[in-house]
Amino acid sequence: MAYEAVIGLECHIQLATRTKMFCGCPAEFGAAPNSNVCPTCLGLPGALPRTNRAAVDAALRLGLAVGCELRPVSEFARKNYFYPDMPKNYQITQYDRPLCEGGALPVALEGGARRFGLIRIHVEEDTGKSFHPERHGDRPVSRVDFNRAGVPLLELVSRPDFRAPAECAAFLTALRRLVRWLGISDADMEKGHLRCDANVSLRPLGQEAFGTKTEIKNLNSIKGVEKGLHAEIARQRALLESGGRIEQSTLLYDADHDRLAVMRSKEYAHDYRYFPDPDLPLLVVEETWIEDARGALPELPWAREARFATQYGLPGYDAAVLTETRELADYYEDLARGLDGKLASNWVMTEVLRAVKEESLTLAAWSAKVPAGRLRGLLAKVAARELPGPLAKQVFAWMRDEDGTVDELLERHGVRAQGSVAELEPLVVAVIEAHPGPVAQYLAGKTATLGFLVGQVMKRSGGQAVPQVVRELLEAELARRSGS
Amino acid sequence: MSAPEAWRLSATALAARVRGGELAVDDAVEAGWRGPAGTWEAEVRAVVHADPAARAAARPREGPLAGVPVLVKDNICTTDYPTTCASRILAGYRPPYDATVVSRLRAAGAVVVGKGNMDEFAMGSSTEYSCYGPTRNPYDLDRVPGGSSGGPAAAVAYGLCPLALGSDTGGSVRQPAAFCGVLGLKPTYGRFSRYGLVAFGSSLDQVGIFARHTGDLAAAYAALAGPDPLDATTRPGEAPDVSGWRAGVTGLSFGWPANLWREGVDPEVVGGLEEAAARLERSGATRVTFDFLPGEYSVAAYYLVATAEASSNLARFDGVRYGFRHADSADLRALYTRTRSEGFGPEVQRRILLGTYALSAGYYDAYYLTAQRARTRIREEYRAAFARCDFLMMPAAPSLPFRLGEKIEDPLAMYLSDIFTIGANLAGIPGLSVPVGLSRAGLPLAVQMLGPEDGEPVLLRAAAVLEAGGEVARLEGEDTPEFAWPTKR
Amino acid sequence: MAIDRAEVERIAELARLEIAPERMGRMATELSAVLEFVAALGRLDLARLAPSTFAPAGTPLRADELDDRRIPAAEALSAATEHDDGFFLVPPIVENVNP
Repeated sequence: MAYEAVIGLECHIQLATRTKMFCGCPAEFGAAPNSNVCPTCLGLPGALPRTNRAAVDAALRLGLAVGCELRPVSEFARKNYFYPDMPKNYQITQYDRPLCEGGALPVALEGGARRFGLIRIHVEEDTGKSFHPERHGDRPVSRVDFNRAGVPLLELVSRPDFRAPAECAAFLTALRRLVRWLGISDADMEKGHLRCDANVSLRPLGQEAFGTKTEIKNLNSIKGVEKGLHAEIARQRALLESGGRIEQSTLLYDADHDRLAVMRSKEYAHDYRYFPDPDLPLLVVEETWIEDARGALPELPWAREARFATQYGLPGYDAAVLTETRELADYYEDLARGLDGKLASNWVMTEVLRAVKEESLTLAAWSAKVPAGRLRGLLAKVAARELPGPLAKQVFAWMRDEDGTVDELLERHGVRAQGSVAELEPLVVAVIEAHPGPVAQYLAGKTATLGFLVGQVMKRSGGQAVPQVVRELLEAELARRSGS
Repeated sequence: MSAPEAWRLSATALAARVRGGELAVDDAVEAGWRGPAGTWEAEVRAVVHADPAARAAARPREGPLAGVPVLVKDNICTTDYPTTCASRILAGYRPPYDATVVSRLRAAGAVVVGKGNMDEFAMGSSTEYSCYGPTRNPYDLDRVPGGSSGGPAAAVAYGLCPLALGSDTGGSVRQPAAFCGVLGLKPTYGRFSRYGLVAFGSSLDQVGIFARHTGDLAAAYAALAGPDPLDATTRPGEAPDVSGWRAGVTGLSFGWPANLWREGVDPEVVGGLEEAAARLERSGATRVTFDFLPGEYSVAAYYLVATAEASSNLARFDGVRYGFRHADSADLRALYTRTRSEGFGPEVQRRILLGTYALSAGYYDAYYLTAQRARTRIREEYRAAFARCDFLMMPAAPSLPFRLGEKIEDPLAMYLSDIFTIGANLAGIPGLSVPVGLSRAGLPLAVQMLGPEDGEPVLLRAAAVLEAGGEVARLEGEDTPEFAWPTKR
Repeated sequence: MAIDRAEVERIAELARLEIAPERMGRMATELSAVLEFVAALGRLDLARLAPSTFAPAGTPLRADELDDRRIPAAEALSAATEHDDGFFLVPPIVENVNP
């Protein structure tokens, strides 16, 4: 029997706020253990929560970006369960009345873009971190650090609209791009900024009713999501095909060994006893706040991607790469002003991205070093055929390490800006005509004689030409002659 | 008055002398300890943490409460004394921060002179459920001081200090104030910050004040009331001005829901109530009689809401970060269950179980939600009443102080001793318990007055009239009537 | 509404409390008595009423700024029975995994 997978995702997005969700402790990553704690996030007796406006604002921005319905009055609730990394043994989250509901995220898939529906997005606090198993003396222990406790999270729950792991991976990629685009999260899955659990069930193709679902936790990379889901779908299919039944359960995905482990169901048969948090009055979001957030929303990545394709005549691939981040898209658009869009795109996608990667720079650092305007000056000369490609690349290399305009760089390196095509071509022709012997040898395949010819042109240029340029011009001219 | 007699002074008179240099701060702060504590404390046991060095650390000479000694209930965080909620689970715990009410007291010049005994986690009405043992009523040592803030109430009654802080979730300030013959104010919900008050029922909890004189209550209220950025449930905007507490009651009307005490209330309590009402009428107030929703509904709603919130609030006591941890905690399950089962007393465990049940799957609607709906109904009842009068009068407790051990075996009987006080917590309105004399057996008699939200000024005006026997003008400085001190027997 | 021993066990488990077997019967009786008492609420006509929310205004919102309420790690740890090297120690958390 053919089966169809039905998958829903639950994503946790750690917000890049300065302080925690309900207290003024730093939300930063990497401090000494238990040093970013206060009475509130440590759950000390008598301490109370106070809501971080920036976290709510981030939720509003994401909600607006994906077209959620925003609740003007939402509610914080307590989710009660015992766990050592939860200081209060309850988590402040939203339950009955979340901030955002509905909406959809557009996702680029091989067959074209699709919109995956969302159920809700809400604000909540993160737990601390526990490290286990470890030892203390001769005893096994777990160690607990509460620095992360209380860091703001958004929980986003999708509709069960995915049918294949690749769709889930594409969804997460799109989500990661969006939250970075909005500046609300670094969304680094390695660092746990973006975490994902998945609900999976199988049903015979054509059947409407859902099968029994399992929940997979610990899907901590986009590749892991895809692999973990494949593994679980295969497991369920094998079980169903052998006449077995799926047990509702929670599984842990072990990416290192590409293995799923079933967690004991009893331990996870929770009764969370949600109820409205009496320490926090209702969260009221006034219309003006929503309008401000809407007004401050940037052009969204999918809209910009589509615009790049039409406005700059770019292939879809280019448009997608250039809108990977907002900084890159901004850089590109700044660069492309007055230039051919594809020329600018080629340079960004090859030279700029390679340089950024080589130097491990953020795009912001790159932009500070080689502002788009400066690079535009170079590309303008390329477009005007004032600089041949190799020289342009040489200038680009100088730009990475030195200040100055294109002309200044050429000057500084003893290369005359005009010592290129227009001026060198007559010299090239003259040298070729003055040395028929070496030319004949070259054309006969003894390419080493090219060095002699380059030397002759260099001499006639008074040493002002760039050897690579001369070489390129000679090759082109010789090729032309051999062809004719 | 000589320094040794300073303990008899009102807080405001004491502070005035400290500010004026007539009384050394040390003599003000230590007055109660050097005086009546020696006579009473060993038997009453109102104080659970005392520390002469901590008392000596601050010597404030300025502020409306300069040098005034204040006993603080053991569930309000203080950096200079342990804060244990009279529970084994917090044995020895010393908070790294002061509750906002404590910071404000200190800023006003007051000195915390120790921590007061209480029912464990404020769950009780007799101060018998304390890991330190019971507090006794100074008016009769065989009787309870009420609870849960029995320690602070008894301390103010016998003269350790003119002011004390308690907490009131279902009557825990007003009922012990009534049993100990002192004033006990529970403010409007959100008027005092709860930051640093160890939570029991968060939507019901308020810090409250014990005092012997209305003027002291007004001074302490002014020092403590007002919004706190650390507590999202404090009311925004300025607290009402209580400086007019001597204005009398002429032109005010009080509600008289006599159906509430037609049965089940001690006749002497009713007698005290009648007498107080008559005094208010003689002073120019008018009585408006009407029926009111019986208190049983409040008790029922309260024991679901308060325990539900408590079951969650008390989850943090798990032996991981602070407090008691059971020595045999080989695995996590044992760490939690052993620590909590040995750390919490039986009444606390009973309430955690009840609250867990009320929130658990399948029962939430029937219990928790129903209780919250009933709470809306009760609020409407009060709102309707305050459309007809400025404040309500009713008993603070249905009985006179009962004997130690009398109700400890019957949780429901204990719960019903809060029948008149619980409504104010459910409705978030202020309540004030005022002593009105002694019973035939020499036990304190008291009445309770309830006001609408932010109705504290009216309640204080009425309290002043009752304190002064109708002659409010007497409540000026030195002429303040002497408190009806308990006598040792 | 009566609570039986099994129900007491279920909620004790949720609350991480251990009720000694000899106390179990009494606890069930006491809780049942309280529940019977609170059943009085059924006599009120509550259908039209919304559950109470206690705070009039919306929750105040805090600017995303660091404050000075942090506790040094050493002090935070000092109240714990067990800590080591900056961490709170607890018995080993076993990810309850079936092999």
